[in-house]
Amino acid sequence: MGKLFAQIAAVIYMNIKSLPQRFWASLTTLLAVGIVVTVLLAFLAMGEGFRQTLQSSGSDSVAVILKAGSQTELNSGLGGDDVKNISNAPGIAHDGNGPITSGELYVIVDGIKKSSQTEVNLPLRGISLAGFKMREKISITAGRMFEPGKNEIVVGNSVLQEFSGFELGSQIGLGGTMWTVVGVFDAGGSVFGSELWADTRTIQAQFNRGNSYQSVRVQLETPGDVKPIQDFIEQDPRLVMDIVTEKDYFAEQSRGMSDLIFYLGWPLAILMAFGALAGALNTMYTSVESKAVEIATLRAIGFKGTAAFIGTLVESVVLAFIGGIVGVLAAFLLFDGISTSTMSGSFTQVVFDFNVSGDAFKNGIILAVIIGFVGGIFPAWRASRMPLLVAFTAGK
Amino acid sequence: MNTFYLVRKNLTRNKLRLCLNAFAILIAFLLFGVLGSMKNAFEAGVELSADDRLVVVNRINFTQPLPLAYANKIKAVEGVSEVTWANWFGGYHQEPRNQVMTFAVDPESYFKVYPELSAGEESFNRWLKDRQGILVGERMANAKGWKVGDRVPLSSNIFSQRNGSNTWEFNVSGIFKADTAQTDTNYTVIHYKYFIETQSYGGEWIGWLPVKTDDPALNEEVSRSIDKLFENSAAETETSTESQFNKAFLEQLGNIGLIIMSVVMAAFFTILLIVGNSMAHTVSERTGEIAVLKTLGFKSNTVFSMVLGESLLLAALGGLLGLGLAAFLISGMSQVPELQSMLPNLVMSSNVYVQGLVLVLALGTITGILPAWRAMKLNTIDALSRG
Repeated sequence: MGKLFAQIAAVIYMNIKSLPQRFWASLTTLLAVGIVVTVLLAFLAMGEGFRQTLQSSGSDSVAVILKAGSQTELNSGLGGDDVKNISNAPGIAHDGNGPITSGELYVIVDGIKKSSQTEVNLPLRGISLAGFKMREKISITAGRMFEPGKNEIVVGNSVLQEFSGFELGSQIGLGGTMWTVVGVFDAGGSVFGSELWADTRTIQAQFNRGNSYQSVRVQLETPGDVKPIQDFIEQDPRLVMDIVTEKDYFAEQSRGMSDLIFYLGWPLAILMAFGALAGALNTMYTSVESKAVEIATLRAIGFKGTAAFIGTLVESVVLAFIGGIVGVLAAFLLFDGISTSTMSGSFTQVVFDFNVSGDAFKNGIILAVIIGFVGGIFPAWRASRMPLLVAFTAGK
Repeated sequence: MNTFYLVRKNLTRNKLRLCLNAFAILIAFLLFGVLGSMKNAFEAGVELSADDRLVVVNRINFTQPLPLAYANKIKAVEGVSEVTWANWFGGYHQEPRNQVMTFAVDPESYFKVYPELSAGEESFNRWLKDRQGILVGERMANAKGWKVGDRVPLSSNIFSQRNGSNTWEFNVSGIFKADTAQTDTNYTVIHYKYFIETQSYGGEWIGWLPVKTDDPALNEEVSRSIDKLFENSAAETETSTESQFNKAFLEQLGNIGLIIMSVVMAAFFTILLIVGNSMAHTVSERTGEIAVLKTLGFKSNTVFSMVLGESLLLAALGGLLGLGLAAFLISGMSQVPELQSMLPNLVMSSNVYVQGLVLVLALGTITGILPAWRAMKLNTIDALSRG
């Protein structure tokens, strides 16, 4: 056994050391694998970044109530009475002022995206101070909160970063009237960072919304438990509503994008991996051919076929592994942390950062090693079966 | 024994290498064909926009309503030939996941502004007479299996009826078709009047107004006049051409074209490396033979074109197979309901083929030119004495 290991080690050493001799061929494989891994990671980083932004938005201790079947806040519509009635439901947490609820409005307004200078949809949320308090991760980082009844808005940090015209103190025209940006809030990486917030009543007045709302957020007595409220809704025929925890709401919202990444990113990367595999096989067959004399000579002096087999396989895997590392590093340098925005399920922009996660890192390396392994195994088989005669006929 | 015979023999000499290279090229062209078609499908709305069509929306944002009275006012603007209006219905069939894009439209004027769509006279008249009638786009009808005479319930995730239900029943009056395959027909249209009278919000408001101008050259002027008309009113408007509007909507998703083109570029760069390297290797392997050919009297030019021919043949082999496979895949993909609702215009159009063929030539040339040049410049004496 020990002897076999020594043989394998010798062949591996020989092969790895000879890599630079086939510099261009080796570099080709390495780069091909690297590019495949970079493409895969770009998609994974995009999906992960989007998912994280939406998932960090939802809290388990807050529930979102929408008109039945509407799925998003944008589509939903609730009357003032609905909001009043639902606040009587059991299971809602109370404070000194009674049940903690926030009737909210979700109006789409236009903004200009800095990177492309094009018009995009931004959500303007009508919110009460209670609703602001309910979102624990959110804090004002510059300026102050809006004053109820005034045309004042506070903007999320991502809005400030990605869209122009929302600097602290600036005046903006929304729906025929001028509004002043009086504060900026940090949303802790959540989707709320892409929103503009103003007083609900003021928005109702300025956007002709009467006494209507689009969603109600309630603080739950027991985090995660919406059952008592759900029962309450079912017993009252006047209440045509759906209730989910905020966490579930945003998990559902992130699904479309995750699906897209899954149906697009992985098949693309796998297809490209097949291309790279063809390259790896080519390189490795060439490598085995060019070392035919050496391999046959080793076999002639008593080296086992297994040693030649494993030596070739390791060469291929090492090459692909290095390619994988290069790909991961390239993805990390090129994409990690890049901020971008896309249209979410509710028709508005969500700002998110590309995130090259540890998982994606692992997946990239695994893909590289698989390419190396499959790309090495057939040439390795050929190497292990190299006829001894080659050693003696070479050069003739 | 002509040159082509030699090229073919050379190419097929190492069958394994040929297969691997052709396969790598096939993958690149498969990606190109599929992604190129997807990119076109995404952008079809912009490409196929009629250049004499404008869209009038609320200036705050296109999701905000406008008063119905605007239709007549716009009609009076000079340069406007037809005006129609539509409302977003937000439809789904049975399950919220089964979206059925539905617009509530003014029946007569809608098809005048969209002359590329037609349901046939008989169906159209049937629809006009039936308040609860619905015209279904060809693609939607195929996907759902709906036929004339079917009664289909559509629910709205935005609106409810006066009676509290959010489901409306419709009779399929006809199927409307478009005059090109890429025009989106993955939606349905219902009567605006019926919708607005039965929904619970009341009022006479509309979502947006498609407008046809007398001449595309008048677009800018007409847009300005329309927006001027409603300046300082409670609902100011923003008028843009259909293609501007579609483009702006697409850009909200992000730069999809850039993402797709980056992937295609990455794939081609990879294949370029692999095949280029392989071609170089092939020629250096054959140094001796090439020297012999030259000694036999083959001209340098012939040697050059033989090597280049080989790489072109290889690119053509892999490229055509890849494009063919892509066409096959795209026709399969366009039947998948989930993809159909996302990319209703998914077809592999002739410009993808043309671009593909150009890429075949480019790939063959780039991978073959250097080895061919080296073969041409090969010094016969040196090469022979080395062997």
